[in-house]
Amino acid sequence: MKNITNSFEYFSPKTLEEALKLVSQFDKEGKDFKVVAGGQSINLVMKQGVIAPEAVISIKGLSDMDYVKFDEKAGLKIGALATHRAIERSSVVEKKFGVLAEMEHNLSSVETRNWGTVAGNICHGDPGGDVAPVLIVLNANVKMAGVKGERTVPAEDFTLDFYETALAHDELVTEIQIPTVPPNTGVAYTKFSQVVGDFALASVAVAITLDSKKDICSDVRIGLGSVAATPLRAKKAEEILRGKKITDDLLAKAAQAAMDESDPTDSVDASGEYKRELVGVFVKRVGKEALERAKKA
Amino acid sequence: MKQELKFKVNGEERELWIDPKTLLVEVLREELGLTGTHWSCDTGACCCCTVNVDGMAVKSCSMLAMQAYGREVTTIEGLADGPTLHPLQQAFIDNWAFQCGFCTSGQIMAANALLNENPSPTREQIQLQLDGHICRCTGYNMIQEAIQDAAKRLQKSKV
Ligand SMILES: Cc1cc2nc3c(=O)[nH]c(=O)nc-3n(C[C@H](O)[C@H](O)[C@H](O)COP(=O)(O)OP(=O)(O)OC[C@H]3O[C@@H](n4cnc5c(N)ncnc54)[C@H](O)[C@@H]3O)c2cc1C
Repeated sequence: MKNITNSFEYFSPKTLEEALKLVSQFDKEGKDFKVVAGGQSINLVMKQGVIAPEAVISIKGLSDMDYVKFDEKAGLKIGALATHRAIERSSVVEKKFGVLAEMEHNLSSVETRNWGTVAGNICHGDPGGDVAPVLIVLNANVKMAGVKGERTVPAEDFTLDFYETALAHDELVTEIQIPTVPPNTGVAYTKFSQVVGDFALASVAVAITLDSKKDICSDVRIGLGSVAATPLRAKKAEEILRGKKITDDLLAKAAQAAMDESDPTDSVDASGEYKRELVGVFVKRVGKEALERAKKA
Repeated sequence: MKQELKFKVNGEERELWIDPKTLLVEVLREELGLTGTHWSCDTGACCCCTVNVDGMAVKSCSMLAMQAYGREVTTIEGLADGPTLHPLQQAFIDNWAFQCGFCTSGQIMAANALLNENPSPTREQIQLQLDGHICRCTGYNMIQEAIQDAAKRLQKSKV
């Protein structure tokens, strides 16, 4: 399985419009096609023979989709073809959304980050991806387009099941939108993997917003990766912290709730039980880090 | 059905007809005979096959060759200047930075991309650049030393 064995027709549209037309046409014709951005995930799936499309549409060359833009009002906008590396090295990301850059440092190797896209990462729908838990706690939205028009869904509703997303066959993700982080907010993320850059056995993202006195937790979002069929928002754990002054005891209770909410499976690297333990440890650890950051924000 | 691929490899314009399912590493090794790019793990996990695409380190086993259309690819064969090795290559020899050599071209191409954008990287920056590269014989210290040495040589050659 070193190479891709099935042959396909190859299309490389130059504009989003062209790409959407192709996607919609192939969908109507019932053609088995696949969109490839960087191919860092999907080429492997083709090598393994899990899919064998008749046509591949490479969107890597679409003009005007490779951007990372920010303004205070609109927040951060990540074009569909922005690479992981572009996020990692963007000065505005570093300054305003530091947690995204931190997440990227440990996502695979520089080589993957240079060619793979952030949008492609979430479109792949891998529950072990690093991007989704962070997008979830940052309250991000995913913008999609089809020939019929555009729609936007919250990042937390984008992944539906193992490798399944809210995208229809004839749609493309065009942009990821992240609102400006509110004042008095701290965000942190940690993954645990056996080797640096590997997929996480478990990962936890936490965003905490404190009230104006920096005392009470006025809002909190907790995102979990690798411990269910989709990236997960640990809502019961959040309930325990919201409206309270966060202490170690309270964080421990939230950690227990998050462990209960997660539903990890056994894999070659670790048992589900072990992954659940990791969730508990990280909700406490990452929660504390987010709290410290909120106090300094 | 074959499609046309036009791109630059090691400074030379190339035009070939390939089956679009072909990976970049296959075109380099099998169509162009550039076997200095090694192909190993098959899953994107070892970085042996790293080349530079428009100056960036990219895994040639994980990229469709057609995506290189109109771009510039540099492989290990593109570094030496005639009989004179590139400072990175010479530094790898002088610092005993390889034994079997299988991962070496990938390591050097990742280092090349790093030095092009950051002429004097810290040890930590070198580690971050190479953290996906797997070497089973040297241990990684000599590789990092070689890259720091090469950085010094390159800077000297510029003044
Ligand atoms: C060795 C290795 C290690 C990795 N480790 C990690 C890790 O630790 N953490 C992690 O999160 N990820 C990891 N990855 C995955 C990597 O981040 C993703 O492969 C990459 O981000 C996917 O982006 P891409 O542009 O290459 O997508 P592709 O592989 O091109 O596409 C992936 C899927 O998304 C679809 N798609 C892509 N873009 C769009 C779009 N705009 N609209 C609609 N559909 C689209 C494709 O049709 C395909 O189904 C790893 C990958 C490798 C090879």
